[in-house]
Amino acid sequence: MTRIMRVALLGVLAVVLAAGPALAQEKVKIGFITSLSGPAGIIGEHMKNSVELALDHLGRKVGGLDVEVIYGDDQRKPDVGKQLADEMLKKHKVHFVSGIIWSNVMLAVAPTVTSAGTLMIGTNAGPHQLAGKMCNELYFTTSWQNDQTPEAMGKYMRDQGITDVYAMAPNYAAGKDMISGFKRYFEAKLVGEVYTKLGQQDYQAEISQLRAANPKAVFVFYPGDMGIQFLKQYAQSGLREQIPLYSVYTVDEISLPVVKEAALGQWETRYWSPDLKNAANQKYVSDYKKKYGKMPVFYGAQSYDGIMLIDSAVRAVKGDLSNTKGMVAAMRKADYKSTRGTYTYNVNHHPIQNFYLLRAVKGAGGQLEMQIQKTVFENHKDAYYKECGMKW
Amino acid sequence: MTVLLIVEQVLNGLQYGVMLFLMAAGLTLVFGIMNLVNLAHGSLYMVGAYLATFFYTQTGSFLLAALLALPATLVVGIVVELVALRTLYERDHLDQVLATFGLILFFNELVAIVWGRSALYTTLPAWLSGHVVVLPGLRYSVYRALVILVGLAVAILLWLVVSRTRLGMLIRAGASNRTMLSALGVNVTLLYTVVFGFGAALAGLAGLMAGPIYAVQTGMGEQILIQVFVVIVIGGIGSIRGALVGAILVGMVDTFGVFVKPMLGTVLSPVAADSAGPAIASMLIYLLMAVVLALRPQGLFPTRAS
Repeated sequence: MTRIMRVALLGVLAVVLAAGPALAQEKVKIGFITSLSGPAGIIGEHMKNSVELALDHLGRKVGGLDVEVIYGDDQRKPDVGKQLADEMLKKHKVHFVSGIIWSNVMLAVAPTVTSAGTLMIGTNAGPHQLAGKMCNELYFTTSWQNDQTPEAMGKYMRDQGITDVYAMAPNYAAGKDMISGFKRYFEAKLVGEVYTKLGQQDYQAEISQLRAANPKAVFVFYPGDMGIQFLKQYAQSGLREQIPLYSVYTVDEISLPVVKEAALGQWETRYWSPDLKNAANQKYVSDYKKKYGKMPVFYGAQSYDGIMLIDSAVRAVKGDLSNTKGMVAAMRKADYKSTRGTYTYNVNHHPIQNFYLLRAVKGAGGQLEMQIQKTVFENHKDAYYKECGMKW
Repeated sequence: MTVLLIVEQVLNGLQYGVMLFLMAAGLTLVFGIMNLVNLAHGSLYMVGAYLATFFYTQTGSFLLAALLALPATLVVGIVVELVALRTLYERDHLDQVLATFGLILFFNELVAIVWGRSALYTTLPAWLSGHVVVLPGLRYSVYRALVILVGLAVAILLWLVVSRTRLGMLIRAGASNRTMLSALGVNVTLLYTVVFGFGAALAGLAGLMAGPIYAVQTGMGEQILIQVFVVIVIGGIGSIRGALVGAILVGMVDTFGVFVKPMLGTVLSPVAADSAGPAIASMLIYLLMAVVLALRPQGLFPTRAS
């Protein structure tokens, strides 16, 4: 190698090294972790689509800066989720980690991210630990605390005078939260409380037990692929005509197109619905349908909101991504157009928001869709914020 | 009431068991005879389920769909053997695991590209969606009863093929001593292809029967594959009889896991039973495998391989 070439190479290297940090400052990096493969991949697809739609609406900029989203597939496994978060923090040096469907994955990822001093914006899982004792300045969620939605269903069923309820959920962090939230407002003792394996396919044995217990109503939490299996098998067993089924996160825009008539007339409670009348939501729903040719689901709405929340934070600090305190202060205001309408943040960075009763009905075009029947809770706070020591 | 419930759960266990058997029969033969660890066996189950659902929605006839999906899965199996697996027989198990794991990813993405990530759903034809009265007071789904009957019929058929035909003789010989078999002038390469193809068709049969009960979706094969490996380890690798006994055992034990919590409730406090019950229930089949391995490391029905 000649001397001139060596000097030239050194020069190039110096320029690259000098330009490196400056370039990094001009770009927002967001690590988005969700389940993209396997049976839960359909949920991840909706979340990823919604992130991309949010970026489209923002003109492919976040807070006025260029943006890079690094997607990670957690395969519904907490260990894989944690590895992804580590990689995003160390290798990609992301400014935000977002996403996460499953509460058990969230419990592994959130502490990893916040202890590294990076902002964690959850867009689905809401384990009670992170709303209470483990609450953190750097952790926000655009969804809900797990207990809240079943609390609304518990209240509705109690108000209806329904007794002798049998409850079922998968055996993991969120499943436990869902049943304890339900019991908090339903108050009466349950006839049975059954936890099944996470990702279980066949519920026949549990359905036989359920039939033998002869309850007056059934309450379940079976998200994503599990909901499709359960709804199908519940209908096949002939129990749907005999024992009314109430659910949370089970009958949604993912399961409805698949199980169709087997879910007609089902009740759900939720904080969001495609038919919520506000400008941000109508834009989101109609553009989602236009771009992806199907109805969006709440997993997507939350992820769309997550990007919008990050955008509001980066905008507030005028693109100074090192100003974490400023971004936290900005996000606490929830100053963006959320698909659920306006909401506020509680001290534990969990939304104080409305919860509605929804029903699966035949829409105008003959297809099944979820429609709001009434409001169950207005500005509902989660049950754990008092355990959170944060003050602001 | 309780007796009826137990009978119903026995039927549920049997139904799950025969599904596992259809999967395990192919896997155990491939493992025992060809000495190939085939993680992609679950993918053939998935392909069977997707093809059956596809043909069902196209033709509108469940029987016709089944008749079309079976040979189609057999062909897919043979193609996979010819293209991908043939080169792997002489490699060690780690290479085989890596390559067949790659096939899993390939098939999962392939069906996601062709049919989308959203699960497929078929409604049963009217003649299968009713219930039969098994005992007074006990109604059981016609379709699940049919699954049990088909599974048992296939088990008998397989037993006849393996014990009474020339092909079966070659299969048994291959399981005992492959080198001797090829030294005697048997075309072992052809035998492998045939065995693999029929293993694939059996997995496809399990898949097509699973379609109307479970959701047909990417990754459905891996969910059942782990239990199938438990079955062949319990039954003894390479043994059809072992696969049958192991499958029924695993099906029963897994189904009867629903009784663990109420039984624990009688000896422990309700809170302790609530938290321990589901955990123990999901461990049961692995406990069973551990006990079998401790007492009979070769499985319940070991083949006389060296």
